[in-house]
Amino acid sequence: MDLNKLTIKKAKEGLKRKDFSSVELTKACQKAIKQTDHKLNVFITLTEDEAIKNAEKADKLIASGQDLPLLGIPIALKDMFSTKGIETTAGSNVLKGYIPPYDATVVTKLKNAGAIIIGKTNQDAWAHGSSGENSDFSPTKNPWNPEYVPGGSSSGSAVAVAINMALAATGTDTGGSIRLPASFTNTVGLKPTYGRVSRYGIVAMASSHDSIGHFTKTVEDSAIFLGVTAGKDEKDATASDLEVPDYTKNLQNRIKTLRIGVDPEFHSKHIESESVSLLAKAYNTIKNLLESDIVPDISLPHSKHATACYYIIQPSEVSSNLSRYDGIRYGNGRKNFGQEAKRRIILGTHALSSGYYDQYYNKASQVRTMLINDFKKVFENVDAIIAPVSPTPPWKLGEKVDDPLKMYLSDIFTVTANLTGLPALSIPIGFTKNGLPVGMQIIAPHFSEEILFQIGHAFEQATQNEDWRQKEPNL
Amino acid sequence: MKFDISHVAKLANLPLSEKEKTKFGKQLEETLEYIENLNEVDTSNIEPADNITGLQNISRKDTSSPSLSQDEALSNTKSKHNGMFKVKGILDNE
Repeated sequence: MDLNKLTIKKAKEGLKRKDFSSVELTKACQKAIKQTDHKLNVFITLTEDEAIKNAEKADKLIASGQDLPLLGIPIALKDMFSTKGIETTAGSNVLKGYIPPYDATVVTKLKNAGAIIIGKTNQDAWAHGSSGENSDFSPTKNPWNPEYVPGGSSSGSAVAVAINMALAATGTDTGGSIRLPASFTNTVGLKPTYGRVSRYGIVAMASSHDSIGHFTKTVEDSAIFLGVTAGKDEKDATASDLEVPDYTKNLQNRIKTLRIGVDPEFHSKHIESESVSLLAKAYNTIKNLLESDIVPDISLPHSKHATACYYIIQPSEVSSNLSRYDGIRYGNGRKNFGQEAKRRIILGTHALSSGYYDQYYNKASQVRTMLINDFKKVFENVDAIIAPVSPTPPWKLGEKVDDPLKMYLSDIFTVTANLTGLPALSIPIGFTKNGLPVGMQIIAPHFSEEILFQIGHAFEQATQNEDWRQKEPNL
Repeated sequence: MKFDISHVAKLANLPLSEKEKTKFGKQLEETLEYIENLNEVDTSNIEPADNITGLQNISRKDTSSPSLSQDEALSNTKSKHNGMFKVKGILDNE
């Protein structure tokens, strides 16, 4: 078997038994990158020899009996994550050539857990986008069909995991930027609770929505990874000091006593028909795992306003965060912003400008409160909600680039979790007839990632022998 | 025009070409129209959300710890002088 195809869990077992070394594992990932990166444009920067040196160090630690959660495991980082001494661009020409003098807190934690950083992945510039096409360094392509988008904005990280260029990869999710590409690439994508993972050192998009998560091949790996990245950080005042549980401990718990509700949009006419039938099949699988029926009539009266609400608050925060890029202390001047960043700066500056604040920002913040209250009420009766991730399967490259509003509406089912700060997990549920992946999301109350993992893991176990689980991209 | 794009671009210190102003102006009008659907929601007596996970008054001890050296802080600038960032004058007579 190719070592790069292993999960974190299996790779850790193999490393411990000395079946193979971290250097061999890292080289297997680098080989996969060499073979296909030029076709799909997954990475912006590769660490090459540096990764091998770190793998050698990891092998020494393993030989001396050290056990760390990610010791010797090759991972990729979205290019939003500051990495000391490694170029960090956020996918934008504004930051081209920028070498951070410090690591993001999450990067420090991953290094301390023994992970090997093999490179920085491509993305929509500043994480603005649902397709990956807003990258200033050419779009990433979908490995299941290179004529289609892989979803964005964490496009490169999703693809890196989907085709085994890394065992896991980090992402950021401000309006769906992890869950959407996860569902488009047949990977598991976690958007943790707002504040569960530190944002320090990660390029800020919309600060009250930014959630730091990751892509993995299995739900169990997602749980292992969150155990490393979660926790308090004095450098990010919004990082929660709630204790970080061992997310793998209760993973095998049976979910039969859980009460699961279904998003009213689940069978909506707004969803493309092939996705509807895959969602219906997943619904039945979950239903069969439960003692009681899925709660059919949860009410989220304000969710239909979520996208409008999001496209006021988010660009407002974007315009504020991007105002720091003046090209003086680091990076290049403001004329280097791409089209989408310019649009959002204008929209946000307009929404916050004198005379418009009440009409836009304040109004949207009130609707945000109503949305938060909707979910609070629903979670009095259910432990989790299942929902679609995207109204359609992946679309063709170029299809939406000149219609920003159409692109924004791709986020219609994902932005709610960001506005409310709720944790959400996107899991693969199958493929369309054309061989394109489809996912489903599970949403739980604040800081209840354990529930997401239990449901996701149970679904994975229940479907592990289905044919589609064996599919591999034909590259 | 719902808004003056040249004025907003100036507020944002964002250089835009005439072509961009026309293109973005049209696209943003469409977006604003969509966003204005929010006006149909009755928000009277609703507090705006300023915090989504219930955190309050987060503080830490005000102690110094190792931070970037002057050289590190200046390592990415194209414009420095005597160990400081060099910027354009702000006042007219500079």
